[in-house]
Amino acid sequence: MRITRTAALLLLLPTALRAEVDFATQIQPILSQNCYACHGPDDSALEGGLRLDTQERALKGGDGGKVIVPGDPDASELIKRVTHSDPDEIMPPPVKKKALPPEQVALLKQWIAEGAKWGTHWAFTAPQRPPVPQVKKREWVKNPIDAFVLARLEAQGLSPAEPADATTLLRRLSLDLIGLPPTLEEISAMKSPELEIERLISSPHFGERWGREWLDAARYSDSAGYEKDLARMHHFYRDWVVDATNANMPYDAFVIKQIAGDLLPDATQDDRIATGFLRNSMTNEEGGAKPEQFRIEGIFDRIDAIGKSVLGLTAQCAQCHTHKYDPLTHEEYYGMYAFLNGIEETSLAAHTPAERQTTDRLLAEISIRETQLRQSSPEIEKDYLSWQQQLLALPRTEWHTLELYQLGDSGQKYWPQPDRSIINMGYANTRGTEVFTSSLEIPQIRAARVEVMNDPYLPMNGPGRSTRGTAALSEFVLRAGADPEKIEPLKWTNPVASVNAAETPLDHMRFPNDGNRKPDDRKIGPAAFALDGNEKTAWSNERDAARNNDPAVLTFELAEPFATGGKVHFKYNLVQRHGGYNSDENQTFNLGRLRLSVSATAPNALDQLPPLVLETLLLEPAKRTPQQEQRLFAHWRETQPRFAEITKQIETLYAQVPQPTWALVAAETKQPRETRLFERGDQTQPKHIVKPRVPAFLHPLPAGENPESRLTFAKWLVDPKSPVAARVMVNRIWQAYFGIGLLETSEDFGHQAARPSHPELLDWLACEFMSSGWDRKHMHRLIVGSATYRQSSRLTSELREMDPQNRLLARGPRFRVPAETVRDIQLAASGLLHPVLGGRSVFPPAPAYLFQRPVSYGPKTWDVETDAQRYRRALYTFRFRSVPYPMLTTFDAPNGSVSCVRRTLSTTPLQALVTLNEQVSLEAALALAHRILTDSGTPRETISRAFQRCTARLPDAEELDALEKLYQSALAEADVANAQILLQTYQPVTLDLTKHPLPQLSAATTVARVLLNLDETITKN
Amino acid sequence: MIPPSLLHDTQRSFSRRWFMKDCGLSLGSVALTSMLGGQSASAATINPQSPKAPHFPAKAKNVIFLFMGGAPSHIDLFDQKPELIKMDGKNPPAELLKGYRSAFIRPENKLLGGKFPFKKFGKCGMEMAELLPHIGSCADDISLIRSMHTDAFNHAPAQILMSTGSQQFGRPSLGSWVSYGLGSENQNLPAFVVMSSGFKGPSGGNSNWASGFLPSVHDGVSFNSIGEPVLYLSNPKGITRQQQRQTIDAVNFLNHKRFESIGDPEINTRIAAFEMAFRMQDVAPEVTDISLEPEHVQKMYGAQPGKRSFANNCLLARRLIERGVRFVELFHESWDQHGNLVGDLKKNCRDVDQACAALITDLKQRGLLDETLIIWGGEFGRTPMVQGGADGRDHHPNAFTMWLAGGGVKGGFELGKTDELGFNAVEDRVHVHDLNATILHLLGFDHIQLTYRAQGRDFRLTDVHGHVVKKILT
Repeated sequence: MRITRTAALLLLLPTALRAEVDFATQIQPILSQNCYACHGPDDSALEGGLRLDTQERALKGGDGGKVIVPGDPDASELIKRVTHSDPDEIMPPPVKKKALPPEQVALLKQWIAEGAKWGTHWAFTAPQRPPVPQVKKREWVKNPIDAFVLARLEAQGLSPAEPADATTLLRRLSLDLIGLPPTLEEISAMKSPELEIERLISSPHFGERWGREWLDAARYSDSAGYEKDLARMHHFYRDWVVDATNANMPYDAFVIKQIAGDLLPDATQDDRIATGFLRNSMTNEEGGAKPEQFRIEGIFDRIDAIGKSVLGLTAQCAQCHTHKYDPLTHEEYYGMYAFLNGIEETSLAAHTPAERQTTDRLLAEISIRETQLRQSSPEIEKDYLSWQQQLLALPRTEWHTLELYQLGDSGQKYWPQPDRSIINMGYANTRGTEVFTSSLEIPQIRAARVEVMNDPYLPMNGPGRSTRGTAALSEFVLRAGADPEKIEPLKWTNPVASVNAAETPLDHMRFPNDGNRKPDDRKIGPAAFALDGNEKTAWSNERDAARNNDPAVLTFELAEPFATGGKVHFKYNLVQRHGGYNSDENQTFNLGRLRLSVSATAPNALDQLPPLVLETLLLEPAKRTPQQEQRLFAHWRETQPRFAEITKQIETLYAQVPQPTWALVAAETKQPRETRLFERGDQTQPKHIVKPRVPAFLHPLPAGENPESRLTFAKWLVDPKSPVAARVMVNRIWQAYFGIGLLETSEDFGHQAARPSHPELLDWLACEFMSSGWDRKHMHRLIVGSATYRQSSRLTSELREMDPQNRLLARGPRFRVPAETVRDIQLAASGLLHPVLGGRSVFPPAPAYLFQRPVSYGPKTWDVETDAQRYRRALYTFRFRSVPYPMLTTFDAPNGSVSCVRRTLSTTPLQALVTLNEQVSLEAALALAHRILTDSGTPRETISRAFQRCTARLPDAEELDALEKLYQSALAEADVANAQILLQTYQPVTLDLTKHPLPQLSAATTVARVLLNLDETITKN
Repeated sequence: MIPPSLLHDTQRSFSRRWFMKDCGLSLGSVALTSMLGGQSASAATINPQSPKAPHFPAKAKNVIFLFMGGAPSHIDLFDQKPELIKMDGKNPPAELLKGYRSAFIRPENKLLGGKFPFKKFGKCGMEMAELLPHIGSCADDISLIRSMHTDAFNHAPAQILMSTGSQQFGRPSLGSWVSYGLGSENQNLPAFVVMSSGFKGPSGGNSNWASGFLPSVHDGVSFNSIGEPVLYLSNPKGITRQQQRQTIDAVNFLNHKRFESIGDPEINTRIAAFEMAFRMQDVAPEVTDISLEPEHVQKMYGAQPGKRSFANNCLLARRLIERGVRFVELFHESWDQHGNLVGDLKKNCRDVDQACAALITDLKQRGLLDETLIIWGGEFGRTPMVQGGADGRDHHPNAFTMWLAGGGVKGGFELGKTDELGFNAVEDRVHVHDLNATILHLLGFDHIQLTYRAQGRDFRLTDVHGHVVKKILT
């Protein structure tokens, strides 16, 4: 009951501050919640022709006439109906079980009596900077935030709490700004809060802590989701978010780059990496899944994520029908969809700055050597030119491309392209034979050609589907016959490939034969491997990181031409047996895109040139780029025995090029896609074409930009005219500090949202945010600089009753830290933390069975780190969507399947089991015990310091007595055999604890476990 | 709030006494009871797990969902189609394939007749494959629905639809809704327990039992039938039970002191959570130890302690339900017979048939079947058309079979029909949403009224769909 009273208080309070009823904040929520389902924007659900969501329609009335008579509530049908005693007449109908409470009826009456003035929904009207209110206790106010908060408190007859003590504040600041507790050194060197804030806000850990907030909204994950849940190498995006946050990239640029960084002029690798936001959507590669179906699901997901994270709108409803509560129409939903429909799900070969530097240096050196060689004698240039001329003089082979029709039920989808190539999309098996048929009119067959081609869909542009974009072809099997029922083998010979890998054992770590990951007898190598009748050997284009993604070509000949008599039927077996054993991991070595052709004549050297070399050769020399020219020369050089020595040197340089990372990004398709509205959101029911457009109830598209470009849409999202962008972001920042946003429903600013606790403060902050140039660090400084933030969090019984959620802010925030911070505190307090930034995600200890069948759909690799990587911040823990890291899930981390801008905050027994019994929690306990035993001083002193490492404060005498006695009794009772087991099982990999006497280690661990399990330790106080 | 049962834990008060006496400490003037029970004013301390009454008197109190992941073939097991056998090797009628989307096969693949002889079971004469003699022996306790249909034909989306009422990830699962609606009868065990057996893990992963936007206390908790029954349940190696108790006492003592100075009732919730964790450590190993069952009971299920099997999980499910766990879901992901249809179905039926029947019989003997609803089925059916040579079937959303038993459903009852090829459900069609509405109805909920406000609107399990399948209700 007390809660209800508080809620009522909150609702009624603005009446006390304002004389007149406010439509947007007081009336519209009542109408929206109770009436809009049948009298709202969705015309298909409209009852009695009455709409109450627009002024015009509401005043006009419904089929039965007017329902609102401004100035006369008693004559208004609306009031009659909401108070009617007849169950057939009363609104909302009794079946809805939503009869209006008397205070809402009173508000409606007052509103009509005051003239039924309309106004738009507050959140859809651009914020105006409200005046900073006058308050009595002016000396308390440190910045305008405090004035707004205090005005509210004074109206309520409350006073703010006393300031938190310096240590509590330091820990609060440290946890809030960098997500780590202060060290003992930081505590003893504590300076003024202002200096501490500057230290923390410029720490690189700031980006880790606040990046994590955004990554929830961005539904970041290290795996693809759905059944296979394949691992991704998406950490460049995560690091981009952290770096951009550290660099205090203005929020508008931060959003624009994530939605359309690829379309910015001169987009850098970073700009493209930012579009990883769009690629956080799940992708379904289960057998039989249709890539197009899940491409569309991906767009729905992107709209959902943009809606929640940037617009503060739950757009999802409008996927199927016009929104019931907010003025977002079905049509407008697909208008936004149209902006995103051109997204190409692609990837790039991402380099860290160090890798980039090494690569550039090596390529420059190669370039210098090539140039030196070329200039070393006029003979060389002459020979090179004559080689080109000889080639150009060759006849052009006439290739007939086969239109391949896939047979069989493997579940792999080979998508036919207009050029008759096929692309292996979605599910890729790791070892199998795919059979195709085709037919063609050709008098005889003499040769066949397989083109291994690039496509933006493939890892790093392909041409293969391995994580490096490479491929292996185990056997080339093309059969033919005049009668489709009598297809016969053909005797292929003379295999030639444009690139020939050296004969190498298959990399058994990437393509393991079984779960043991032992070497096996499969090999990759030159073209002959595709025609040796041995499925254990394969041709592969894999060479080195600089050239792995070049397209390639293979030709084969028939010793005797095959006379066809006109029409010929083919069966083509695509034999690929060089992937790993597990198709639920990234172990495929399939060709990504290929095209098969035959000719009546034998191939010549032109046909066997690398495709990029051929392309250059056919260009007039003046039109070749220097890079193309170099490539052509290099190819010639490689074929000349006299350059064997320098070729060897250059190959050595190529071999040193670091392997880039397959980073998922978005690009724009070359061919625009048509967008059609889907009836009831069902993609099998496309209706009319929809052009890109933004919802009319929000601000217009920025002028002077291409109105159909994704970049314009991105700019629109964070346009200064947007009524929502700034409010949504400042509200989420506020939420992270205080546990609840000024608007509690941080994902929904629409009509159904609860009222903000401090509407003027929200608007003031939003205006301040925009006028600061979307400066997020400025907002952080304002909040942590306020007296509001710095209050003690002590809870009086009065406040506990009146404001249990601390909406009025008469005290400081106190709540359990987020999942990641729980882990980070354990690691930091115990000294285990390995605080380096960025890089691949890591695998801290977790029970192995979680990643094996039948818990995981397929076996997953979780190679537990055995060095300091084990103790990285939880931000870097690898996140599988289908089997999330259990410690994090238990503390309410979302699994990344959908955008999450507001986590639940629970306190459960399972959390206690984690901090009491889980491997890393114990390793941290032993590490903290190690600190207790190695710190100087008496046990009382060292325990006291350990307490301080966990909570930042010193224990009081009673606490210390308890802990010291616990230590002494644990020491007296210590069982050496058990202590030995404890040590063996949980000794941190970075420490040697064997020097400690076992009884002492055991007793200190007992104390350390208590400290790490305290509510205070995992709570922001 | 902490349940009263906790406060009578003699084992615990032993060590608590030790902590207070030997350490010369006391909890001050506040008695333990009031320390843990006195703050009911705050919403934060209200136990979301406490038992709650549904909308109307319920037929069933508990649920055991036997989720046959991968999707069993209705045609070979439950839905005999003589016409299909006659048309074996022929093309499917073109009009059936209009607008049909298949996953692996080309829709025009040849038809494949059912592979196993059927038999009439029970007094009711329910037809099932001979492969299922044990389930057949329970026919008079079963409502068999042959007219199920769904919207999705890939595993993960279809499982998520079955589990959450939506193909889009992020919604609360059925078990979470039930936990949210009814709370739990046992405060020492989670309300919603999940176990997995079979060849693979569930395609939909943990989203099948996630709480979505409901408070995360309603998440399904994974139990493990071998090794540690619940993740991190066991004391750390080298830490004795008494040391663990001592640690928790010290933690709670310090937490309580903190509460006295800071006044945040959340601290009490954490104290209660630690107590419950300790009790769970005591209770769960006993609950999950099926070797404590008499040999004849183990035999009835075909259970073998120490193995990971569906039979073990069924027996464990009964033990959990007996102890007040609200919702137990067993995933057995083994039914994706794109190939090896005959061999795999034989094996799968061997693995599950006896245990399913034992579960029904055992619950009945204990008088628990009336209040426990058992649901059996997968995420979709399988094609009447062949995949591969002559021994496989593809995914098929248009028709499949599920059965229910116990809490409020008729025994010996058959609902719905498919066409003569088993391609489309044609009579008394039951969509996944209808099934979910019916499950909630049996638990005493109007599926339209069981809502949760999130993201600006009231969500429900059945979204805007769902009709209670009245015909199967007692």
